[in-house]
Amino acid sequence: MEIKEIQNEIIEEFSAFDEWLDKYEYLIDLGKTLPQIDEKKKTEDNLIKGCQSRVWLDCRMEDGLLYFTADSDAIITKGIISLLIRVFNGQKPDDILHSDLSFLETIGLKENLSPTRANGLVSMIKQIMNYSLAYKEKGCQNGREC
Amino acid sequence: MASVISDIRAQFPALNERVYGKKLVYFDNAATSQRLKAVTDLQSKLSVTANANIHRAVHSLSSKATEVYESAREAAAGFISAPGRENVVITSGTTSAINTVAHGFARAILKKGDKVLISEAEHHSNIVSWQLACDMSGAKISVIPVEESGELSLSRVESMLDCNVKILAVAHVSNVLGIENPIAEIISLAHSRNVPVLIDGAQGIVHKQVNVRALDCDFYAFSTHKLYGPTGVGILYGKKEWLDKLPPMLGGGDMVETVTFSKTTFAPVPLKFEAGTPNFLSAAAMTPALEFAAEIRKNKEVIAHESALMEKMEFCLGQIPGLHLAGACSDSRIPLYSFSIDGIHPEDAAQILDKMGVAVRSGLMCAEPIVKKYSEKGLTRVSLLPYNTEEEIDIFADALSKTIKMLS
Ligand SMILES: Cc1ncc(COP(=O)(O)O)c(C=O)c1O
Repeated sequence: MEIKEIQNEIIEEFSAFDEWLDKYEYLIDLGKTLPQIDEKKKTEDNLIKGCQSRVWLDCRMEDGLLYFTADSDAIITKGIISLLIRVFNGQKPDDILHSDLSFLETIGLKENLSPTRANGLVSMIKQIMNYSLAYKEKGCQNGREC
Repeated sequence: MASVISDIRAQFPALNERVYGKKLVYFDNAATSQRLKAVTDLQSKLSVTANANIHRAVHSLSSKATEVYESAREAAAGFISAPGRENVVITSGTTSAINTVAHGFARAILKKGDKVLISEAEHHSNIVSWQLACDMSGAKISVIPVEESGELSLSRVESMLDCNVKILAVAHVSNVLGIENPIAEIISLAHSRNVPVLIDGAQGIVHKQVNVRALDCDFYAFSTHKLYGPTGVGILYGKKEWLDKLPPMLGGGDMVETVTFSKTTFAPVPLKFEAGTPNFLSAAAMTPALEFAAEIRKNKEVIAHESALMEKMEFCLGQIPGLHLAGACSDSRIPLYSFSIDGIHPEDAAQILDKMGVAVRSGLMCAEPIVKKYSEKGLTRVSLLPYNTEEEIDIFADALSKTIKMLS
């Protein structure tokens, strides 16, 4: 699926909830079902700076597509990162770099987070973009089309 | 609810706020208390009737402003039983009060090889200001460990008071542990070794009667925004001989006697430490807050209500499986409780509680060392004032159980 389609799917899912508490419940469920990251990947390098809770994000490339795994010690943060992973997993670096992230506002996530969490969200997105850029450049060096 | 408590609540309009359509339960009082209506009323009145710069002009508005500002200083002196107005420096808060002393010590007292003694359970204001002072002077910080129970043991304090210690700076009550330190004993111990003592009273003053003369402390610092009063205002009490000895941290404005390009002489204390235009209207508006605090702490019904709140809160927290309180419950506690819950991140808990209308604090609480001693991930804190009610504790306890269920 394309990034836009997945985002629309998420918007639809969130529109089913009236109360923010229910949306949180959903985020918490997502957090609980986030696939386990390989413990070896929870390195200092993979730790995202700027989050109050600790978040690790790892990224690998397969056949020109990016795959992310992550973990956090806070469950709501895990839920948020699992949304981001759902959107960006299996996408091309260039598509990620050019994606529009307004769905986060549409579902109201940004304004419903505490300021420290909202900063954390920005840091997570930045890290995803950094990985994408790094892999894009690496891909180019290997003579691949990008 | 006793009628005295509903009368008290009626003086705090903020307590009727609703968040996300729910009744607000405000349990983050240790960070900032709600503001007494008489304070906001006075602030808005003075901004019309007395808004002119203090201590300077000869015109009537300026005299009025100076008068209300100086009478607030008198009120603060009375509130802590200070000998006089010259012992009371009006600052922007506890942080600037402590920094003023630390800076003065760095410039006038501390030398290489000297020590500043603080406890493990200090707020960053009472850590970082001394680190800066040590950077400037070459002195070093020594840290008195606190017991697992959260108590500061006098024998430990005694064992660390060696001849290199030039000042001891400790909290009256830690903003994480909520346990009153035996400051009277600590002060007399320190004085027996000729070591002056600064008390960070940001939390202590809110729940305990403070008499700086009886305590004999050399400095006592607090903020009025935690005490039903205005933000941006704090008090530094200091013994006259110390305030005279320490150089000012900031220069400019009205803190001088004469200024020439070759030499400036400073105004007498306390004005020596009040450079620039102070936050004078807010400072003037602290008076009703101090009067209110002094009055309710004498009221037997209020005292009984506060004990009932504590008993209930301790019971509720005790019912929750996997909840660990930082520090023991004891007679020296104020209604402030920090805790961790197995498997639950404090940020998550605070965020869900917020959506249920309950305001609590979470994280490192500007006291990273002591918080991390109890939990790497941080703690969740509830802190109450006499305007809180048992019904609010019920709402909180119910919300906390639901939160834990959601998060586990
Ligand atoms: C024990 C303690 N010290 C110092 C401070 C700093 O107070 P302020 O931010 O008003 O300067 C606080 C408040 O958070 C505190 O609880």
